[in-house]
Amino acid sequence: MSAVSPVPKISVRNLDFHYGKFHALKDINLDVAPREVTAFIGPSGCGKSTLLRVFNRMYALYPNQVATGEVLLDQQNILDRRQDLHHLRSRVGMVFQKPTPFPMSIYENIAFGVRLHERIKKGALDDRIEAALRQAALWDEVKDKLRQSGMRLSGGQQQRLCIARAIAVKPDVLLLDEPASALDPISTLKIEELIYELRQNYTIVIVTHNMQQAARVSDYTAFMYLGELVEFGITNKIFTNPSQKQTEDYITGRYG
Amino acid sequence: MDLRYLRRRVTNVFNLGMAVMTTLLGLFWLFWILYTTARFGYHSLNLRLFTQDTPPPGAPGGLRNAFVGSLIMIGVGIAVGTPVGVLAGTYLAEFAGRKRIGEIVRFFNDILLSAPSIVIGLFVYSVTVTTMGGFSGLAGGLALAIVLLPVVVRTTDEMLRLVPSTMREAAMALGSPYWRVVVQITYRAARSGILTGVLLGVARISGETAPLLFTALNNQFWSTNIARPMANVPVTIFQFAMSPYSGWQHLAWAGALVATFAVLGLSIFARFLIRQRNN
Repeated sequence: MSAVSPVPKISVRNLDFHYGKFHALKDINLDVAPREVTAFIGPSGCGKSTLLRVFNRMYALYPNQVATGEVLLDQQNILDRRQDLHHLRSRVGMVFQKPTPFPMSIYENIAFGVRLHERIKKGALDDRIEAALRQAALWDEVKDKLRQSGMRLSGGQQQRLCIARAIAVKPDVLLLDEPASALDPISTLKIEELIYELRQNYTIVIVTHNMQQAARVSDYTAFMYLGELVEFGITNKIFTNPSQKQTEDYITGRYG
Repeated sequence: MDLRYLRRRVTNVFNLGMAVMTTLLGLFWLFWILYTTARFGYHSLNLRLFTQDTPPPGAPGGLRNAFVGSLIMIGVGIAVGTPVGVLAGTYLAEFAGRKRIGEIVRFFNDILLSAPSIVIGLFVYSVTVTTMGGFSGLAGGLALAIVLLPVVVRTTDEMLRLVPSTMREAAMALGSPYWRVVVQITYRAARSGILTGVLLGVARISGETAPLLFTALNNQFWSTNIARPMANVPVTIFQFAMSPYSGWQHLAWAGALVATFAVLGLSIFARFLIRQRNN
């Protein structure tokens, strides 16, 4: 079910996922194109977040969660036992539904991730933090209060801080798990504009409940239902001329 | 007006009234205690209290040796109890989770938390005093550490578990090893809570008498040697208050006053730290 022409950034092959005995993902196959935005949509519990959490092996934190099959990142199977998780996560960043600033200054929030992966001089670190905040469209709002706690920012600013934190590590891929669903409309708009900017440099995978959002920000859309990938293709086609009845029912609001 | 709404209002007023009354009842005893210690202790509250040691009956004196001895033993208690308690609490919250071993450790910790402190005193007596050949400040400090320990374990465990798991996931998603998440993120998030727990535990051990009776005993004289019996405030209050000498009784009240307000100050300081963090 490949809709992508160039060499894919991520290829999912025969992926199955279990939470204990619950079969959450069933034989998923899909390719994520480099430097494009791929959206996962579908009703609650369809497995879209689960699929996202396979891409950086976040699920490995929980012993009863098991993925089988292959997920190739630049042709390398990240489900391999030998895959170093810290290195994987430096290449695949993630932003969560609720903003998760750490209890430290704005500056330290970003420096934390950078220092995990490289030894860096103060000046270079300052530059890196400024660049990350600029990319996340937050620099102008916080440049005079970098020493202030990140937890004192507004929800939308916190979420952009989390995006800055993720991109400061210089990943190739950004995973966004409903990044705007806890935010007000104006903050949501800012995040969407940001996603549009970031796609020039990053491969972005976004999970969203909001179909309009998927239509606005993504190049490709995958519709999932009950752990199965129902349809995957160019966003425009999925929303205007879906080939599956289920997809059409969902995007026209008949269930979900 | 609809009868149903009237009944709701009456119920509300009644319950609110009862809540206020019971609060006042609780505060009443607290203030009575504070007032009584202040009233009786106030007369002997002077500089001599802090510059002179415990006197023989009939002579003037202070409680310097008792204050210093208490501080030393509380210091030993903190130095031993806090690191062990924080590490054990960290194990419970971050590594044992809901595993069976975690639940077992929590259960025994709760037993230790509610163990009568005199039992802890007897225990330390049997393992240190009888083997090391006598009462000592060190034994007293160890007994206080054991009283402090479960308090610190419990608060560390609870405060760390209050840190949302999304924060740990976010740090892990940046590629952080788990120990670094604990040391740099969750400790920081729970810092003031843990510190408050330690301070409240310290407030508790600074009034403990029973564990010291069998361990540090008491000392009439100035001594900072932790291998020897050591003067301390609670046992001195106990002895002096029971004595027939009015000079000693006044010193006991003064000691009670200073100890009470020191603990009060410590608790207020702990509250202040929480507030600092929330701002």
